Amino acid sequence: MDLGQINPLLLLASLMVAATPILLAAIGEAVVEKSGVLNLGVEGMMITGAVVGFAISVNTGNPAVGFVGAALAGAALSLLFGVLVLYLMSNQVATGLALTLFGLGLSSLIGKPYEGVKAPSLARLDIPVLGDIPVLGPILFRHDPMVYVSLIIVAATWFVLTRTRAGLILRGVGENHDAAHALGYKVVHVRLLAIAFGGACAGLGGAYVSLVRVPQWVEGMTAGAGWIALAIVVFASWRPWRVLLGAYLFGGITVLQLNLQAAGAAIPVDILAISPYVVTILVLVIISLRGSHGAPGSLGRIFHATH
Amino acid sequence: MIHLEKRPQPSKFWAGVTPILAVIATMVAGGIMFWMLGKDPIEAIRTIFWDPLFHETFGPYSRPQLLVKAAPLILIAIGLSLGFRAGIWNIGAEGQYIMGAICGAGVGLAFYPSESLLIFPAMVLAGAIGGWAWAMIPGLLKVKFGTNEILVSLMLVYVAENLLASVSQGLLKNPEGMGFPGSRNFRDFPAAYNAEIIGGTGMHWGVAAAFVAVIFTYILLTRHILGFQVRLTGQAPRAARFAGVKPSVVILFCLGTSGALAGLAGLFEVSGPAGQISIDFNSGYGFTAIIVAFLGRLHPIGILLAGLLMALTYIGGELAQLMLTLPAAAIQMFQGMLLFFLLAMDVLSHYRIRFNKTAATVEG
Repeated sequence: MDLGQINPLLLLASLMVAATPILLAAIGEAVVEKSGVLNLGVEGMMITGAVVGFAISVNTGNPAVGFVGAALAGAALSLLFGVLVLYLMSNQVATGLALTLFGLGLSSLIGKPYEGVKAPSLARLDIPVLGDIPVLGPILFRHDPMVYVSLIIVAATWFVLTRTRAGLILRGVGENHDAAHALGYKVVHVRLLAIAFGGACAGLGGAYVSLVRVPQWVEGMTAGAGWIALAIVVFASWRPWRVLLGAYLFGGITVLQLNLQAAGAAIPVDILAISPYVVTILVLVIISLRGSHGAPGSLGRIFHATH
Repeated sequence: MIHLEKRPQPSKFWAGVTPILAVIATMVAGGIMFWMLGKDPIEAIRTIFWDPLFHETFGPYSRPQLLVKAAPLILIAIGLSLGFRAGIWNIGAEGQYIMGAICGAGVGLAFYPSESLLIFPAMVLAGAIGGWAWAMIPGLLKVKFGTNEILVSLMLVYVAENLLASVSQGLLKNPEGMGFPGSRNFRDFPAAYNAEIIGGTGMHWGVAAAFVAVIFTYILLTRHILGFQVRLTGQAPRAARFAGVKPSVVILFCLGTSGALAGLAGLFEVSGPAGQISIDFNSGYGFTAIIVAFLGRLHPIGILLAGLLMALTYIGGELAQLMLTLPAAAIQMFQGMLLFFLLAMDVLSHYRIRFNKTAATVEG
């Protein structure tokens, strides 16, 4: 084994790329859960976003259009979930699972013709002056635009949730939907918007996997990233900046294990390959040891207004 | 104005009718999907639901397949339904299925080429233990630390898939396989082979186990105190606690049973229809079984019927791939749609639909 082959600078730089899909999906899901809805369909929306984003980019030659399409596809799929849980009051856990199963089928149906096709690449955005800073420049300021978009989304989510009236209403709806309803807020409308936002973010995250991270379409390519995003929301206690921290920690582990594999570490490849999942379980255990802090009061409960 | 009024109790009538309505709605929506894919919708639906059973050339081949495909689905779904009733969400049956197959096949292959009659029973036991142990991980974590069992059981699916890839290229690889991945084939190992009990019917030991599981679960839920406690925990968790039901017992029982049954399903599959441990041995039964459990209304008899229906869509789907070049993914989507329609129609059994113009003013 030659650990010297692993360049710490490149490792840190690729960490951000590895973390971005999970970050996008997790920040969306955090907003959905803050409004009191548990959407377990993240994996299904991500993989649909991945295939739609890829297909549109290949056909238009423009990855930016692909990302927009992926966000729309994720949102459309999430609205299907929204109608079921909000208007038809179906069980959120079961409906989320249905969304994942449906999304996996839908994506492989759409993706068949695109297997082995190459996607147009997303141009890297070298931020002029900052990118030239030694050490920090290559790590932080020489990425594709989506990395920065994801950071802007996190910041905007934090701002809206904690500093605006709209955020207060959303949190109120999630904390106690009966009280929010009694105050005259439209619980169902607020939740539908939150769900659509979550779907759009998951779609973007999926498209990032197929257009930047890999970049190719492979069936089932998100490989549990949506589920890991769900775990990160719990890890983050539903707080935007901690979602960022969680996603980057996780991205770090992923990149490190890939680098160790490439460097031919003495640890068997199989152990390295399962490490992201095992670490997720360990993190969940540690979080639950602390007790669940900050879970929205109405999370997963069905809201039915009698009048 | 349409509004929904909660029923004091779920309607038994609608609970029975909605699965049938959901199947019909899925056929219509699926037909539209097939039409959009450029296929004749009527022909596609007939190929999936009718031809596997009644076509004169394909029927005789397909009919036994019905039991072969339904057995693992029913075994897994029966186990899942216990947990789902109690609000315990084991989503990782796919992983438990894989672990059951690995453990069971491992025990069998360890004794190759013995001819002892004890080998197959030992494999069955090992398969059940493998699945049980894998499900105990989320179970114990939930009981000890309150860790979310949905995420843990699902993460373990990916761990199990990696283990499967690892053992089929390493530990369990066929030493006479010319370097190809995959274990020895159980067809060449009669003492460990899960052969058909009645030739030509598809009736292997896994099918028998599925029927036994249906009967036992029915008795458990209707006649035994543990079954009552499972139902009570799901319907009224607080009441269950006051009645002295220990949540940890219910959690471990539900997860353990579903894990053991999924493990059995994996063992019967690997030692029979699949024949060997290979990288792509698992085929998503653990996830499809979730649909089966819901389609069967979490009721043992319902699951039996739902398992047969879902098996039909698998076989019909393969036939449609062959005859109409329908993509395999279309069937997967079809199954997902079925669960969607079912959940959407659940509203009918829990709520009454009222059409009233004046209620809003009366209620103020």
